[in-house]
Formats: sequence, structure tokens, C-alpha cells
Amino acid sequence: MEVLKQELKENIIEQLNLEDITVEDIADNDILFGDGLGLDSIDALELIVMLDKNYGIKLTDPKEGREIFGSIEIMAKYITEHRTK
Amino acid sequence: MSKGVAITGMGVVSAIGNNVAENYQSLINSNKGISKISKIDTIHKNDIMVGEIASTNSELEQQLGLSTDNNYSRTALLGAIAAKQAVQNAQITNINSYKTGLISSTSVGGMDMTETYYYDYLENKSSQKYIDGHHAGDSSQKIAEQLGIKQSLVTTISTACSSAANAIMLGARLIKSGKLDRVIVGGADCLCKFTINGFKTLMILSDTYNTPFDENRKGLNLGEAAAFLVLESDKVISEEKKEVLAYVKGYGNANDAYHQTASSENGDGATLAMQKALKVANYTAKDIDYINAHGTATGNNDLSEGRAILRVFEDNVPDFSSTKAYTGHTLAAAGAIEAVYAVLALQNNIIYPNLNFKTQMKEFDITPQLELKEKELQTVLSNSLGFGGNCSTLIFSKEQ
Amino acid sequence: MSAVYISGLGSISCQKTFDNNEFLDEIITYTDTVITAVNPNYKEYIKPAAARRMAKGIKMGVVASRIALNDANKEQIDAIITGTGMGCVRDSEKFVSAIIDNNEQYLTPTSFIQSTHNTVGGQIALELQCKGYNFTYVHASVSFESALLDASLQLENDEANTILIGGVDELGDHTVAIHKIVNHIKPEKIDSTALLNATTEGAVFGEGANFFVVSNKKQASNYAEVLAITTYNTVSKNKIQQLAQEFLQDNGINIGDIDAIVLGNNGDVKHDSFYHELSSGIFQNTQQIYYKHLCGEFNTASSFGLWLASKILKTQHLPDVVKINNKSITNYTTILLYNQYRGENHSFTLLRKC
Repeated sequence: MEVLKQELKENIIEQLNLEDITVEDIADNDILFGDGLGLDSIDALELIVMLDKNYGIKLTDPKEGREIFGSIEIMAKYITEHRTK
Repeated sequence: MSKGVAITGMGVVSAIGNNVAENYQSLINSNKGISKISKIDTIHKNDIMVGEIASTNSELEQQLGLSTDNNYSRTALLGAIAAKQAVQNAQITNINSYKTGLISSTSVGGMDMTETYYYDYLENKSSQKYIDGHHAGDSSQKIAEQLGIKQSLVTTISTACSSAANAIMLGARLIKSGKLDRVIVGGADCLCKFTINGFKTLMILSDTYNTPFDENRKGLNLGEAAAFLVLESDKVISEEKKEVLAYVKGYGNANDAYHQTASSENGDGATLAMQKALKVANYTAKDIDYINAHGTATGNNDLSEGRAILRVFEDNVPDFSSTKAYTGHTLAAAGAIEAVYAVLALQNNIIYPNLNFKTQMKEFDITPQLELKEKELQTVLSNSLGFGGNCSTLIFSKEQ
Repeated sequence: MSAVYISGLGSISCQKTFDNNEFLDEIITYTDTVITAVNPNYKEYIKPAAARRMAKGIKMGVVASRIALNDANKEQIDAIITGTGMGCVRDSEKFVSAIIDNNEQYLTPTSFIQSTHNTVGGQIALELQCKGYNFTYVHASVSFESALLDASLQLENDEANTILIGGVDELGDHTVAIHKIVNHIKPEKIDSTALLNATTEGAVFGEGANFFVVSNKKQASNYAEVLAITTYNTVSKNKIQQLAQEFLQDNGINIGDIDAIVLGNNGDVKHDSFYHELSSGIFQNTQQIYYKHLCGEFNTASSFGLWLASKILKTQHLPDVVKINNKSITNYTTILLYNQYRGENHSFTLLRKC
């Protein structure tokens, strides 16, 4: 789980081009969207592709993403339970 | 200064017809042009529905009498055909007898060829002829050439899904200001993998028939189309004793300044665009008889646009419908084909049904017109709303 | 009818032009056939959260517009009108190649969104929270002139009072590669000081963003008044002198009144002859100016020409580096600009000192 969380943080920073942020800046329970890390609906779409590509999880409704991407902790839990690769 | 901006000719090709008459027949007979995709080999072909034009590129080339070494993209082919129809419909024999310009619009331009020959260009001489068509203005240059417009004002607007509405707006302003006596305005966009995949990444493509303003709408169907209108000044109308189909009476463009792709929840931009158009037309909300809504059937658009309509029209929302269920969302061309439909509505005193509607949206209680309706129409308002917060409204009228 | 004044400008180009206190004081000479813009420190102008998804074209456009607004001392404008030949072409390339390389799978939306031609105009509106009129013109070498024409119509007809207009284009690797193949880009390297006398076909490609605040308010700080702008989709070479004369006549100006002509020569032996018609014809005794050796050729390169002419009129200084001939003019009052690309999409713009 810890490895997955680390991997998620690295991927999010790279994929979403968060230039000024490091892995250490993101705590497991930090809110990623809105007031937290400041991610928005386009980032959510980027993350949906990441779930598909890296973990074989297909979301069809972007609204599902809102809960899953609540924090690194929630994401890691969801991925562990649903991953197909 | 010309007071009126008269529409004297129209041409259109879309998924519901190859000319104005065929489009009108489909509209009044509720014939949708939405189907599975046949002309583009995409891995999404089983997941999406589109509004595809039946003719192949070579059929369109033949129609235009082009030689086989032409370098027309499908956008240019469709645009040239629709523009020629419009000029013929306006009974123009000598295009350069008045100061005549062309304002076209497109979002994909020659992308169909770019994506086909992207790597091939680097190796194969025969495909390199399409490199000239890389910029979006290329299709407009070709349309101007097909119409015989020389040494004149030809330009192209690209503001995503409001592009053609903006081309009509600029044309109207050029006539009003006296810069041009006559201007051919409209837009063209072909289907291509670029837009199919682009909208797919935004997760706003429906896997079935699009259902504008329905509570359970699942997204849009992409379509391809081209439409052009001939606008002429008072001077041309009186000198040539021309029959006027309708007038461009009002126009307005505003920016939502909210998000790169999504519309604001309360439709600020759309509200402003409609208000501006009413002001230019010197109308109040009560003067509008029918709204041809943008109504793409995405969750975001229909809610935002519906709320904007409520803000402008309050308790007196006129009959409204979206024709996207017929044609799909034809992106840059949408504002032009819907301008043609607005003029046809005025000419025939007909309001088109908003097809595929089943369930009332819960956020508000306005319901689109669901059946074909005969009603004496004096004015039609048409909305076109696009990415980049681009919101446009046109008002067409029977009387000057 | 109101007049059209240029009240502020901002330029990001292949020269260090983003500092409005300078005017081509230091010149970068190039030998390559593809030259890139000198970047200002974008972070000074754009917050990291906003910048992270911005293509270079957007950054150049947003910052050039910010510089122009500061220069005009304006915080808000009534309209934003952008010209761009290709939009954010790198993102278009990225999305097309991803479609092909990944067989339409695992695509992400950002590059698609940026590919939309009006993305620069939309982003500027977002940054400024400007809900006014917002148009984008994409017609090759008259993309910027179309924006200027539209703005002129708005100001003349009192549809708006202050408008931000600009031309912006960025270079993309694939676009460069295919334009090299068809010789739209010169096959051999050339020193930028020798561009005018090049003997090869094609141009040196560049990129940049030039934005202007135009307004109908006469004030001492204005750069220039735009007297007229006109564009032509086609012109035959033997007609260009006559057209120039007619354009001037329509605006009540004689050839002798023109203190300088700014020409868009790009060193393409196949197409520079349009410029030669004018420079060796009716304008042979006029001070001639060129600039594409400084900024490169791109669809909206002529916006750099307008930047240059505006600076000359305001500073009354003509840098040596842009002189084609030397007529020792002491007072610049009226400047004519002419541009075309590959024999198509010609434009005349007429400026007067304020």
C-alpha cells in the first residue's frame, strides 16, 4: 500500500505537471481537488485515464471519479480493491 | 451604412440532407441522421453514434468537378458544396459585381488529412500536397476560389462550437458598416478521429441517440456538416430587386470566463450573449417567438443554457428546441446549419420538435417543444456555445 | 466614426522585445532556419497552478497581453480578439501522434483542449475575467489583420472602447519537419543578416506573440493611429502596385506622404517578388523597412511588423538593423505596412503618428 501511495504521488505530479510540488508535499489524507491541491475537472479526466492505463480500472462516468480521487489514501484503497493489472 | 442585413441565399449539407430542401423535409418528418460510423475506421465505432454525411470524398470531388490531384480536405469539399448552393440560391451570376467577401469558419479544417498522412508526409511525396491544407484558413481559400471571389476580404473564424455563428455575426457587421455589399458566411467541419477521440477524452460522447434537455441525457453525438448564407446590403437588395429570405436582426458574443471547456453553472456567458443580441435587434425578450437552442445533450451544456434562457426570458420562455438530435453536434458548422434551420422555420412558420426527449430535467421546469408545431413566427433566436467560454446568439427576423 | 489608436503593446519574439523600455537595443543574429522565441520569466506573470497546463503559445499570448495592458495602463478591456494561424500546434501534434501511436487508447484531454484554436483567447479571458466579445481568426497570414480589422470596426462603430488584440503562433516539431520537406522552410542555413538577398526558396520559421491595446480614446501616450486596414485573399503580382495606390487614395494619402514602408520580405526567392514590385516600383524613393530576419516567418509574423511600426512612430527612432535602404528621414508621421505569405493573403495597414 505504501509503495502504491508513493507511486500515485509521483504519477500525479508528473501526469498533471505539478512543477512546484514534490512527493513530500502531498500527505496521504490531503484533499486533492478544490481547495486542497487545487486539481479540477480536467485533472479528474487525466486521472481516469491513469487508472485505466496503469491499473486496468475503467470508469465510465466522470462523477465516479470525484469520490475515488478524494485523497491518496482513498485512491490507493480503491485501486487495491479493483485493479486488474 | 446599411440598415438591414438581408439573407438572400442558403446552402447546407448535413447528415439529414444534401441541400436545403432535403434538410427541411427531414426536419418536419422527424428523420434523424444519426447512425453508427461507417467512413472512419475507429476503435470507438461500437461505442458512439454520429451524424455522418452519406457522400464519400470522391463523390464530393466529382460533384465539384475537381481533378484527381486536388488537395481538398473533406471540410473544404463540404464547405465548397454548401457555399455554391448558397450563391446559386441567391441567384448571383457575377460574384464580383459587388464588393463581396467570404467569412468562413472551421474547427478541424484539414485535420482529416493530417491524421491520415501524419507520418506518411515524411516519406511519401504523393501525400505532401495536403501539407498546404494544414492551416485552418485553407478550406476558406478553396471555397473562395470555387465561388470566384478574388482580391477581396476572405477570412476564417475558429471559436470552437460557436464558430459559424460568429462568422455570420462578423458578416452582418461588415454589411452594416458598409465595408462590404455582400458576404458569404458560414462554416464547415468534417468528422475525424481527432474530434472523436478528443470528445471521448472529455467523456461527453453518448453511446446512443443524443437526447437534448432530457434528465437522463448521456452526452452528444458528433456530426459533420457545412452551411453557408448569402448576406446582402439594402443597396444590393434595391438595385437587384432581390427576394429576401429573412434578416439577421441581432447578434451578440460574450465569454463565460469560467473554465476552458465547461460552461458556468448559471450560464453567465450565454445570458450575456442573448441580452446583447436582443439589444442590437432593439427587441425585448417578449419579441422572440422561437429559440433554436444549442442543446448539445451534454449534462453541462443543457443545464447551463436552460438556466441562461430562464434568466433572459423569466416567466415567458418561448417555444424552444434543439435540432442536435437530428444532425449531431457539427461543431464549427453548427451555428450555420442552425441559421439555415431558423430561416426555414420563419419561412414556413414551423417549430421543429426536440427529438428523443423522455424525462423532464429536475433542475428547472421548462420543457422543449416536443411535436412539430405550426405557429406564425416573426423572430427566431439561435444559440451557439463553445469551448473557451465562447457564447454567441443570433436573432433572425421576417421583417427588417 | 471614432478613430482607432494603439495605446499599449507587448511583444514576445525571437528578439528580446518583452521589455518595453528597450527597442531592439541588442540584436540576436541567427543562422538556423528555425528560430525560437526569447522567453521572459513567465512565472512573474502566471501563477504555477494556472501555468502547469499552458502550452507555450498560451504562455506567450497571456504574457504579451499582460505586458500590453500594463503598457496601456489598463486592467480591463471590452473585447479580446486573437489571430493565430495554427493555434497551439504542439498540442495538436501531441494529440494526433498519440491517437496514431496508441491506436486511440489512453488519450488524455489536455492536449485536445489546447488544440482548439481559441484556447489562447479563452485563457486570456479567464485570466482577466473578461466576459466581453472574444473572437479568434485563423486565416493564415491575415489572421492578425482580421483581428485588427474587427477591432477597428468595433471602435469606429462604438461597439467597444478598449480592445485587446494580438497575433500568436508557436513552433511545433512535426509541423517544422513537414514544412522542411516541401521547402516552405529553407533547405540550407542562412545568416539572418543575409536573408534579404537569399537565393533559395522557403523562409526561416519563427514564433512569437505580439499584443496591442487599441482604443478610441485620443491621448498623448498613444503609439499610433490605425488609419486603415485591408486584406485580399488573392492578388496577381502585376496588380499589387495599383492596389497599393488605390488603398492610399481611398484614405486620402499620396505616395509622397508615406515616410516609411514596412515590408514582410522573408527571403523566399519564389514569393518575395511581390515586395520587390513595391520596393523597386512606386516606393523606390521611400524609406523601406523589413523585420522577418528578426522574428522569423509565421502566420502572425506581421503582428511583429505592427509592433515595429508602432515603436518607430512613438520613439521616432529607426533602428539600423531593419533598414532596407537609407533615406535619412527625420520625422516619421505616416507608415504603410504590406505583408503576404506565399503569394496569398495580402494586407495593407496604414498608421499615423499620434
